[in-house]
Amino acid sequence: MSRHPHHDHLAEYISYVPHIRELGMQLLALEVGRCEIGMPWRAELVGNPESGDLHGGAVTTLIDSACGLCVLAAMDDPGPIATLDLRIDYLRRGEPRRELVAEAVCYHMTRHIAFVRSSARHAAGEPPVAAAQASFIVKGSGGGLAADVSLDSEPPR
Amino acid sequence: MSLIRLIEEARRQRDFNLFSQAIPYARFLGIESRECDGQLHGFLHYRERNIGNPAVPALHGGVVGAFLETTAIFQLMWQRETASVPKTINITIDYLRPAGPRDTWARAVVTKQGRRIANVAVEAWQESPEKPITTADCHFLLAAD
Repeated sequence: MSRHPHHDHLAEYISYVPHIRELGMQLLALEVGRCEIGMPWRAELVGNPESGDLHGGAVTTLIDSACGLCVLAAMDDPGPIATLDLRIDYLRRGEPRRELVAEAVCYHMTRHIAFVRSSARHAAGEPPVAAAQASFIVKGSGGGLAADVSLDSEPPR
Repeated sequence: MSLIRLIEEARRQRDFNLFSQAIPYARFLGIESRECDGQLHGFLHYRERNIGNPAVPALHGGVVGAFLETTAIFQLMWQRETASVPKTINITIDYLRPAGPRDTWARAVVTKQGRRIANVAVEAWQESPEKPITTADCHFLLAAD
């Protein structure tokens, strides 16, 4: 897979987002309309202090970040976007002391709206901890690069 | 103190901050719960590190989602008689207005509570409750496993 034309720009952009930086999220993969972001485990992400399981909200934050980034990575000329809605199914507990990785795919984009699917898992090949579907308002010029991935890209399962 | 004991204590003292302070991610984001006119409200302190879009600037959508989910969980625990922590099955979040760099409030309504499942609607606002910035519908599993 060739390097994304806006790779450095988008990697730099997310490194400036305070909450993404605060949680130490790492850009692991970036393609046209697709990305992977990793979130290292830390004690502040725990939702249940007895089990040490991740807070559902921490999973939401990771998935929302990945969804937004894959939309930017689907645009010819990345510009302002805003989340319209986001639905998350929590499939399994997020285990303590393990990194969580979200993959997001922008599987369709019109002039105004981008459609995204995402899932998060602890490691490749493991079943997902959460699955999500989201849509975004795309301001300015939508379409563009996403046209290349809209038909044949498989949403993550 | 165990979580169950904490919930009982929080309910007895009518102070759910005892509980929110015990949840690391809620404490990290600056989530509190406050009682206003006999109703439980969620409160999210503004913190620069919760920004998700520095250009607008706006709070991170995931942070607001986490705040809504937490407020829904507190409401359920506030109302229920058993001291267990509901498990989130899913959450659907609608982003209506930008979440500005300021304090945010939320309130939750238990739409339906069955034996195993509860449906909770939550709204967050900044300027006034009439102008919600984000709403969410959540399903929770109540049955202990």
